[in-house]
Amino acid sequence: MSDEYDNNKSYQAQSSEVMDGSTGSVNPDIDYVRPSEVGEQELYHPHSFIEKWVFCQDAKVIGVQYFLTAVFTGVVGLILSWLMRLQLGFPELAGFMTAEHYYQFVTMHGMIMVVYFLTALFLGGFGNYLIPLMVGARDMVFPYVNMLSFWMFFVAVAVLMASFFVPGGPTGAGWTLYPPQTILEGTPGAGMGILLMLISLSLFVIGFTMGGLNYMITILQARTRGMTLMRMPLTVWGIFTATVLAMLAFPALLVSAIMMTLDKVLQTSFFMPTILKAGEVLEYGGGSPILFQHLFWFFGHPEVYIVALPAFGIVSDLISVHARKNIFGYRMMVWAIVGIGALSFFVWAHHMYVSGMNPWFGFFFATTTLIIAVPTAMKVYNWILTLWRGNIRINVVMLWCLGFIVTFVNGGITGIFLGNVSVDVPLSDTYFVIAHFHMVMGIAPLMVIMGAVYHWFPLVAGKMLDEGLGKWHFWITFLGAYSIYFPMHYLGFIGVPRRYFEMYDSPYMTSAVGMNEFISIAAFIVGAAQFILILNIIKTLKTGKKAEQNPWKANSLEWYTSTVPPEHGNFGDRLPVVHRWPYDFSVPGAKEDYIPQTTAPSEVIHTEVEKT
Amino acid sequence: MHAGIIFLLVIIGSILFHIFTPWYWTDIASNWKGMDDTITLTFWVGGGVFVAVCLFMIYCVFRYQHKEDRRAEYKPEDKKLEKILTWATTLGVAALLAPGLIIWNQYVNVPKNAIEVDVMAWQWGWQYRLPGKDGKLGTTQVRNIADNNPFGINPDDPFGKDDIMVESDVINLENNRPVKILLRSVDVLHNWYVPQFRAKMDAVPGTVTFYWFEPNKVGEYEVLCAEYCGVGHYAMRGGVEVQDKADYEAWLGEQETFEQLSARYEKLNVDGNKLAKK
Repeated sequence: MSDEYDNNKSYQAQSSEVMDGSTGSVNPDIDYVRPSEVGEQELYHPHSFIEKWVFCQDAKVIGVQYFLTAVFTGVVGLILSWLMRLQLGFPELAGFMTAEHYYQFVTMHGMIMVVYFLTALFLGGFGNYLIPLMVGARDMVFPYVNMLSFWMFFVAVAVLMASFFVPGGPTGAGWTLYPPQTILEGTPGAGMGILLMLISLSLFVIGFTMGGLNYMITILQARTRGMTLMRMPLTVWGIFTATVLAMLAFPALLVSAIMMTLDKVLQTSFFMPTILKAGEVLEYGGGSPILFQHLFWFFGHPEVYIVALPAFGIVSDLISVHARKNIFGYRMMVWAIVGIGALSFFVWAHHMYVSGMNPWFGFFFATTTLIIAVPTAMKVYNWILTLWRGNIRINVVMLWCLGFIVTFVNGGITGIFLGNVSVDVPLSDTYFVIAHFHMVMGIAPLMVIMGAVYHWFPLVAGKMLDEGLGKWHFWITFLGAYSIYFPMHYLGFIGVPRRYFEMYDSPYMTSAVGMNEFISIAAFIVGAAQFILILNIIKTLKTGKKAEQNPWKANSLEWYTSTVPPEHGNFGDRLPVVHRWPYDFSVPGAKEDYIPQTTAPSEVIHTEVEKT
Repeated sequence: MHAGIIFLLVIIGSILFHIFTPWYWTDIASNWKGMDDTITLTFWVGGGVFVAVCLFMIYCVFRYQHKEDRRAEYKPEDKKLEKILTWATTLGVAALLAPGLIIWNQYVNVPKNAIEVDVMAWQWGWQYRLPGKDGKLGTTQVRNIADNNPFGINPDDPFGKDDIMVESDVINLENNRPVKILLRSVDVLHNWYVPQFRAKMDAVPGTVTFYWFEPNKVGEYEVLCAEYCGVGHYAMRGGVEVQDKADYEAWLGEQETFEQLSARYEKLNVDGNKLAKK
């Protein structure tokens, strides 16, 4: 970090006390923004390579660290899915794979993708990079804790990956880790594998709590002058609400991991009833396997929204910017995010309709689950109404957004099947479920991640990703993923159960063979297509076109940093002052088709701006 | 090619796939046709919404493609439109929820004349027990389980003596007679699932769970385990044979009671001891 910046510190403090007079305002009253009540955050600037790139306290670097680590786990998860699909589509080519291997791959694929890939990527990656920039802060409020958060995550990933190499291999209990089988012989990795999984999850939760505190408090306490809550970009709203959910949901995972560890190591019986194995009664008794399921899904269902809400937020911003139109019904969008977040704590047992819990719960959880469909549908309507009468750039970012809408609506509709208790009975534990959740919380959020990568890459790297490669990447991914999961629902109708290593010769399953081969081929192609992005990034970093500042003509603060890419402290001498929401696109009477959040009302007094 | 055309083809392809798919549910063989009907209803409503949303999106992509000299409309909110959409959605959701709950109410209330079938699951197989002449199953305990007592029936329980022990992984059921499946497991989670019957429920060690159905088609069916239960999960199969009343009763008459089974083992034991003494 340069010395000049440090020298400027003194008058930054002043700038927050005096009124912003630099905009050359005609009428100072309408431009008035309340002065900030606290002085500026002091930042610790790195003094060495290690402090700058390894144990770094800059949220942007931490965000990139999270991103890259999560992508690494994602690639591992992708390879595992290839191996699974090889077994399902072409078992004759997968002679090396035993049922043990298969179940280990299933388990690790699921856990990696949900927790270590999607959650870490959205909150740790995008959250860290975007929150301070978008709310106009110099950094997260607790940079040191933030740094610890990443390294805790890193250790969690290392422990997880280590479980591939211990005797017995990683756990093969399914990502839901249901007891009693999880810690008993007969399930792969019931020794060291499951222990490392539980330790890794615990570390993840601890690390995540450190990060989550940062995200929440930065958003609540460190917004710049004029950045009211209802002027925040929806990306920030999505990440904020998801973080609150995570802070409330992850403790349930932590306690269930601790209890299960005790059951495994000390033979306690939190989740273990009397069990007869190989003719002998084990030293357990009185525990409840269903209790674990309640705890797990009390975490697990909000977890779905921990992934979905940031995606909702980000895609709203991307659609608005690239359709050159304000997001339709901003307030509705905010309340929908908050409402979905709150409701997500009252629907968990819809994963357990046929678990053997008291069947009368079904009425309650079916009702709450279908209620959540209403705010979710409102969000979908508002996305397409944002496109309506817009001025839509059909670029790579927009393509990912459109792909998101198609896959998300598709997956959302199948959610209504599964949420509707009695409809769930024939479909639960079949391929229908796999198709549903991959569409809605696998492919749909992935579409948003990709859109976000193409959208913000110019900010992070200062160069524009190649549109041609991007289009190939999108179309192969979208068409391929759709042809994997759309027909898969129909296998569920036949009754093909999940988590079957081999389909055998069941009379109503033989017809599934052809479909499985097709799905596997599509999966190989889609997986391979992801390397187009890596190729694109390498090519762009080497020879790509330099990005101008704010290439998409967006309004939100991250595009108005002092330099591109932004340096430590983000905004140079002065923090920006916010006068409006970030969605003033195509305002009648305005010179350009966008008005940045920092533009004072007096500068656009001749326009028909409705909302500020 | 224009992006909108590809998206349009995807939607048309989805509809055609749904109409012409050779993969669809197996012929139903139980009373749970209501589940199938609710699925069909959800397909119409949900599928309609999916197609409508996507077509509207595609229309926008065609109609409002970016032009330098055009501006988007500026209209931050439209309270009336949002209200209409909220209520329409709520109505649609309620219309889907209602039949779902009605059928669930039937699912959790077992008819009085249902015959109980005790299904015991273990890694990796199934065993069955039926109540004897007294119509009641004897109580059980995992600790009692032994070769001569595969279900762990309490030896002091008078109701248990005449329980019918089915020595096969295939269970016979009487056509058009409701069955209450009682599920228990001695080790881990399992789930007794026959796709043609539509119904399923987990077997959970430490507790007894249940569900019911009424088979209505004579024939043989395969039982699958539908809850992951360890490395042999995929191979955990069983069978059901639905028979007419006469056939069923003939089969029932051939089965051994718990008392007979115990006696047989006792005899085996005595014979064994005699053999040892010689």
